[in-house]
Amino acid sequence: MRLKRPGIPYIIWMVVFTLIPIVFILFYAFTDRSGAFSFQAFFKAFGYTDVFLRSIWIAFISTFICLVLAYPLAYFMSRLKQSTQNLLTMIIMIPMWMNFLLRIYAWVTLLQNNGPIDTLLGFFGIHTQLLGNQGAVILGMVYEYLPFMVLPLYTVMAKIDSGLIEAADDLGANRLSTLRKVVFPLSVPGIISGVTMVFVPSASTFLVAQYLGGTGDIMIGDVIDKIFWSDQNTGSAIALILMVAIFIFLVILNFFGDEEAIAA
Amino acid sequence: MKKLYKIYTALIIFFMYMPVAVFIIFSFNDGKTSVWKGFSLRWYANLFQDKLIMNALWNTLIIAVIASVIATILGTLAAIGINNFSGRKRIILLNVSNIPILSPDVVTGVSLMLMFTIVGVAFHFQMGFWTVLLAHISFCAPYVVLSVLPRIRHMDYSIYEAALDLGCNQFQAFGKVVIHELMPGIFTGFLMSFTYSLDDFVITYFTKGASFQTLSIKIYTMTHQRINPKVNALSALMFLAIVIIMVTINLKDRHDEKKRGVIH
Repeated sequence: MRLKRPGIPYIIWMVVFTLIPIVFILFYAFTDRSGAFSFQAFFKAFGYTDVFLRSIWIAFISTFICLVLAYPLAYFMSRLKQSTQNLLTMIIMIPMWMNFLLRIYAWVTLLQNNGPIDTLLGFFGIHTQLLGNQGAVILGMVYEYLPFMVLPLYTVMAKIDSGLIEAADDLGANRLSTLRKVVFPLSVPGIISGVTMVFVPSASTFLVAQYLGGTGDIMIGDVIDKIFWSDQNTGSAIALILMVAIFIFLVILNFFGDEEAIAA
Repeated sequence: MKKLYKIYTALIIFFMYMPVAVFIIFSFNDGKTSVWKGFSLRWYANLFQDKLIMNALWNTLIIAVIASVIATILGTLAAIGINNFSGRKRIILLNVSNIPILSPDVVTGVSLMLMFTIVGVAFHFQMGFWTVLLAHISFCAPYVVLSVLPRIRHMDYSIYEAALDLGCNQFQAFGKVVIHELMPGIFTGFLMSFTYSLDDFVITYFTKGASFQTLSIKIYTMTHQRINPKVNALSALMFLAIVIIMVTINLKDRHDEKKRGVIH
């Protein structure tokens, strides 16, 4: 069975539907409307630096909040008995399979003026605009991607031998130093793959900010969407920059762990 | 400490299910806004009478079935092929295969759109059903490769040789032994493909052309009007479908585990 031939249709497929489209993006990014070589598209793309930085910032904050929320949950889950673990995994996965627009739209309903949360806060005399700001966008992102952080963390932690934790206890480590010296180092691959799975989609997402944020909160994904229909050169340049930025991020992240963690 | 963890888990689950609860409750609301006007099933009735939504649902299912079947075949064969490459070539193949998984959806969508438009102009076709199908196969197949590859690596090569010794030809040995061994990986890959295809919005949005509609595209147009209670009814039904599917899979797993327990 040392055959390489079965792989050939896929290799051709990947060339046609992955590599060639990227070549098109490259070509459009480095040409102007007439098709001549130019850096014009990049100059225009630099006009969106603030949007770009804001997207990275929002993605960073969202990823960090997801990590902080997910870590204790994943740890707790991994120490439960197997059937309860399976049940909890299922409970966490179910909302993930809902259409992403529906989930975001549900938050629009929840946060709008005279919506459930606004009414509830009203009883305590608190009246604020909940929708249309950066906080709402981050909330939406955290909600959207939290399961993508919990699941890889949990998978890695479930594999930690509880004997190791008991051994640390027996050898006089307190809870905190057990966590720091035993659980944390062993969970690094999970952190890396969780961060990847949350950061990449949240940095490039579009619509979340349009639904939950104000006019000043649009993100780079929204810009690509808006521009591409009219100016494919600038759109390609921004898409290219985004892709390169994300690959650089992944490479840096990979320095902290083994490569297989992200692939798995 | 344990109690604290339990409360924490409950809070996270509450956070994850609050939006779900909201659209289920409001799907039964007689009023059009988020103010409760009494119980009614009229949005459900409306939903089933909406030919466009039903048509979009049909398109979504057709695309998901065809795309995931083709992606599964393509990806499984590819995993076998790639596994037989070694060294540099193997690393390059794996990295190219991971591009659609790691690069942002917006970039994948935009790059495919660019290619389809240009090729479409040259060969006189418009984006629609076929371009969406091709795009879906392209982003699903890499997930199949990822889930089948570890299975192949851990497969006992001698059982394939045994099948040959016992008189199978290559194809029989492949069909009867190898496929059987890889089945759990193939099944996971298929399930991932199917759900990703069902749920995809971004890539479909860029490759759908002017008139083709899937459910997520329809949801997008509906939610853009901000207030549309039919969306709530649709979400509630989709949630129900997901819960039924997940519980069935879970019960089947549990059943299989018990059976395996008896044999060993």
